[in-house]
Amino acid sequence: MAPYPEGHAMTPVLQLKNIRKSFGGVTAIQDFSLDIHAGEVVALVGDNGAGKSTLIKMISGVYTPTSGDMLLDGQPADFPDASVARERGIEVVYQDLALADQQTVYMNLFLGREPVKGPLRLLDRKRMIAETDTLVKELDVRIPSASATIRDLSGGQRQGVAIARATHWAKKIILLDEPTAALGVAETARVEATIETLKARNLAIFIISHSLDQVFRLSDRICVLRRGQQIGIRETSQTDKNEIVSMITGVSK
Amino acid sequence: MSISLPNRAVLQGLIVYAGFVLIFLFFAVMLWDRGFLSAQNLTNIVLQTAPATVLAVGLVFVLAAGEIDLSFGAAVALSAIVAAMVMRVTVWPVGVAAGLATGMAVGFVNGAIVAYVRLPSFLVTLATMGVVAGIARELSNLQSIPVTADTFIGIFGGGKLLGIPSLVIWTVLALLIGHLVFRETRYGAHILATGDNPRAALVSGIRVARLRLSVLVVSGACAGLAGLLYAGRLQAARYTLGESDLMTVIAAVIVGGTALSGGRGTIPGALVGSLMMGMLSNGLILMGLSVSWQMIIKGLIVLAAVAVSLRDPNR
Repeated sequence: MAPYPEGHAMTPVLQLKNIRKSFGGVTAIQDFSLDIHAGEVVALVGDNGAGKSTLIKMISGVYTPTSGDMLLDGQPADFPDASVARERGIEVVYQDLALADQQTVYMNLFLGREPVKGPLRLLDRKRMIAETDTLVKELDVRIPSASATIRDLSGGQRQGVAIARATHWAKKIILLDEPTAALGVAETARVEATIETLKARNLAIFIISHSLDQVFRLSDRICVLRRGQQIGIRETSQTDKNEIVSMITGVSK
Repeated sequence: MSISLPNRAVLQGLIVYAGFVLIFLFFAVMLWDRGFLSAQNLTNIVLQTAPATVLAVGLVFVLAAGEIDLSFGAAVALSAIVAAMVMRVTVWPVGVAAGLATGMAVGFVNGAIVAYVRLPSFLVTLATMGVVAGIARELSNLQSIPVTADTFIGIFGGGKLLGIPSLVIWTVLALLIGHLVFRETRYGAHILATGDNPRAALVSGIRVARLRLSVLVVSGACAGLAGLLYAGRLQAARYTLGESDLMTVIAAVIVGGTALSGGRGTIPGALVGSLMMGMLSNGLILMGLSVSWQMIIKGLIVLAAVAVSLRDPNR
């Protein structure tokens, strides 16, 4: 059974085919293949050094694969750098969030892509604030106001802002790198609820997480990496933690 | 977070205005019989701080981007000397262009090294400060170079337009354009983001290296304009011009609420800071204090102001 609507002969949003990446003589990723569909959450799990970050960086255009093919909506996706990947609709929520702490929420949401108006091309703050308010409400990210300064927000609120930014710009796929690693229980629940609403927007979501509980709560499929090798892909509903743990560690149950 | 106290940064931004008013009141009371409050003296303060205020505008751009410029004082002298020398052999507009170009060239060299050789701006501009000051001395042979072009002196020095001194017009122009660009354009927003979190700026597609280069060129352009204003007002250019502005302008900008660590800046604050520093010099002179005591007291007041406005209670 497929995790996406049956009979919907959809092209996967993202197709990775036999991706390999080596740095000098060291192979970081070998022969990795995965399809991700719209409205689907795929979790990427593996121990430290398994190559999860390398994989994320290839999808977001920071690294170029040594060999293999990447297709976005069936079209070849060779990103010379990260800004091209962003233009094609791929957004990343970085582990460090990449927020400018002394600036407002709305300026962060539009960082590098600020709308302007008039012949002098002045910042359109009204529009930025309005769009921020709408987005924050839709995603139910609870922040005091669009004009609040990031450093006055809690960890969960900051994470919410980073996810809201990715959501606003992502046309195809959002990559989340350890989105709740630094959060408490209640804040983690909020961020997970936000991620659930992204599915409803028909975005493809690729999430790295160390928390297997979280992976089982959020994902439709789980992809396991060990030392750069793709160990396997499982339907979340068809597997259990024991199987995933043994795939991660290589120790049979 | 639920109580809506004003942001700490906002409160700190207001301190410069309170300090300005306090120092003004202090001198108004202490020097009421020595002409501090006379229209002529107050005008003098504004005119004397004009070049420093122009320099402060440029420095806000640099500091907000998380960089620093220590070479602008030397660039002021070199720009004025080049402008004066060129004006001796040809018409004044060429001299003006040469002066501005000199300031921008210094900024470009600073910026290129900072952005593309990736050296810290503190060290780069510390070094170029020496180089540029040396060139200014060598070029001028330690002599004062007279400026005689009347039109130039009128436009950049003692002239008036509709009763407003030209120095004031240039300063207001620099402030208005600086404020508009800094507050209301994408460029200004990108400066703040880069000074705040360079990695975030980079992954957001902001061209961080080019931006770092550009803010130092802005500072150089301001140094060029300040050099022309000095040359116009004094009707001469000399290697000592701008020498004393380094500390005063940095103090004015920081006291005004711009963060030395980047990510925060205000041009109105820099104006008030600059006027405050000018008022301080003026008042201390009128009080009859010796230069040594002026230096000591100015230094202490700057220290106090910076301590109040920048201290991070969480650290």
